[in-house]
Amino acid sequence: MNYQVNEKGYYGEFGGAYIPEMMVPNIEELRRTYLEIIQSYDFRQEFIGLLKNYVGRPSPLYLAKRLSEKYQSNIFLKREDLNHTGSHKINNTIGQILVAKKLGKTRIIAETGAGQHGLATATVCALMGLECIVYMGEVDVERQVPNVKKMRMLGAKVIPALSGSKTLKDATNEAMRDWINNPVDTHYIIGSVVGPHPYPDMVARFQSVISEEIRWQLDEQTGRENPTRVIACVGGGSNAAGAFYHFLDQENVELIGVEAAGKGVDTNESAATLTLGTPGVLHSSRSILMQTDDGQVTEPYSISAGLDYPGIGPMHANLFTTHRAKYLWATDAEVLDAALELTQLEGIIPALESAHALAVLKKIQLKPDEVTVINLSGRGDKDMETYLKYFGY
Amino acid sequence: MNNRINKLFQEKKEQILSVYFTAGYPNLEDTVPMIQELVKNGVDLIEIGMPFSDPVADGPVIQHSSLIALQNGMSIRKLFDQLKDIRQTVDIPLILMGYINPVLQYGVAAFCQKCKEIGIDGLIIPDLPMDVFEEEFKKVFEANGLHNIFLITPQTSEERLRKIDAVSTGFIYMVSSNSTTGAKTSVSELQNEYFERVNSFGLKNPRLIGFGISNAETFANACQYSSGAIIGSAFVKALEGSDPLHQKVSGFINSIVTVS
Ligand SMILES: Cc1ncc(COP(=O)(O)O)c(C=O)c1O
Repeated sequence: MNYQVNEKGYYGEFGGAYIPEMMVPNIEELRRTYLEIIQSYDFRQEFIGLLKNYVGRPSPLYLAKRLSEKYQSNIFLKREDLNHTGSHKINNTIGQILVAKKLGKTRIIAETGAGQHGLATATVCALMGLECIVYMGEVDVERQVPNVKKMRMLGAKVIPALSGSKTLKDATNEAMRDWINNPVDTHYIIGSVVGPHPYPDMVARFQSVISEEIRWQLDEQTGRENPTRVIACVGGGSNAAGAFYHFLDQENVELIGVEAAGKGVDTNESAATLTLGTPGVLHSSRSILMQTDDGQVTEPYSISAGLDYPGIGPMHANLFTTHRAKYLWATDAEVLDAALELTQLEGIIPALESAHALAVLKKIQLKPDEVTVINLSGRGDKDMETYLKYFGY
Repeated sequence: MNNRINKLFQEKKEQILSVYFTAGYPNLEDTVPMIQELVKNGVDLIEIGMPFSDPVADGPVIQHSSLIALQNGMSIRKLFDQLKDIRQTVDIPLILMGYINPVLQYGVAAFCQKCKEIGIDGLIIPDLPMDVFEEEFKKVFEANGLHNIFLITPQTSEERLRKIDAVSTGFIYMVSSNSTTGAKTSVSELQNEYFERVNSFGLKNPRLIGFGISNAETFANACQYSSGAIIGSAFVKALEGSDPLHQKVSGFINSIVTVS
């Protein structure tokens, strides 16, 4: 089965470009040119060069010995937390800033939840000398202070989004409105595999370096390219898309995405989109989203700003519907436990988002001869305030 | 297909005044009185906004009215219920305007059928792309006598414009500048050039100009280049405050045109 986007921009029944006319010229330009640009020799050279010398790739694939011992299996961590700026988000922003330059854009906008994508965008804008505006929900501005300060130091303008639940969904709305009002000189660097076609595919391609590396690194360390399973947290789904990408057609590799259950999937405070959602259109693509009977989008909740989103990328909606991947969830409480566990067993403080992936180790059966790769999408620096509040150090 | 929209454009070639309001704002039960007051004040066409939680093509005024409307309890079911007898008192064309997701949740076929029952003449769904409309929606719209109204902007290419003209059946919604609704625009030379350029194409559909039409001056200017204009945010803004509805409506409409 083919799990990639088709020529019309759909993954099965999901995807497409449900955009108002005001966005058509920009999206059409991207759709027409993105493959040619990112497959060109010059682009590849520059992209790969920056990933290596600026981001610090390849990121290590690390056999977590004490964690493996505890779960009586073999657990590898793909260390996206060690990338420059501290998460996988930079893989995408490097790619998109090069696309933006190629298209002659001089002004960059982005949305951000946890601030990691905003930070990664502000960083590449500084690198390329481009103007940068980041929209961030007011709630997230408050709970991710270090990232807000870093973005400002990098020269970006951070604009709080004041509508709705004042989180990632609302920041995305504001970024789209900005683009509508600035149709000529601006490129919108979307931070996940969401939005209208071709964004989900373009972002997935930039993030696919994660699974490309996992395959040769695992081969080098264990003599096998394919693990038993890959686990990644899912907000919009970009780190999961990157970690799954080169395993999609390896049907014997189990793929597990982990959503944020917030206070629990049976409470009204959750962000577990695939567990709670139904098909619909949010942020210009047909996917699965949390909504009322009337088609109004539900305000999500999660302790993790990066997963606090009522939608999910169309690629994941398709992997879910076709059962190619399995989607589990973890509650705030389970996530905090998992973060502390990794910190104290391996000396790695994970991002709250990434700790969702770790939390499902307690929910699945691991066998001694199996190999599990967990995508550690980011580091916990930005979450210290939350951790300290809960753990009381 | 020939309905009240076509009839309006056949009978009136200029100075058409179309007004948008958000259903359920300022009060849940304002929908029917609002329509009746607008008719009384000589408005030619009404766009009834179906509020959505995430109106990305709208500026702050319509975002706010949508939020309040939803908090007041507005929904598509509620709106259909309010409108069920509207054709007993109102003859002018009525258009529903909103985002695609609530329509999908209601079910496209059921939605269109309900529109026909009520006597709705057309739909404006900015985030319904032309190709999806043609493949999945056109048949059911036509079967229920509904025009789909497309938007064009200054950035719309001539090729696309001609395609939109070919697919359109009622009129074309000419967005005055590439922006969200309610953006403050005074009349600029650039805009008028764009209006003139579009007029030079000899399109088969009449046009109404919308976005940023907020007062007598911008209305009059738009009317020079098209069959008329659409006022949204400025009207919704005028609904703030505690005056009785009929006063707010007549006060605003009189500030735009002198009713003959
Ligand atoms: C560290 C980290 N992981 C994961 C995510 C979630 O995004 P995605 O699902 O696109 O990977 C974020 C988003 O902010 C993040 O910062």
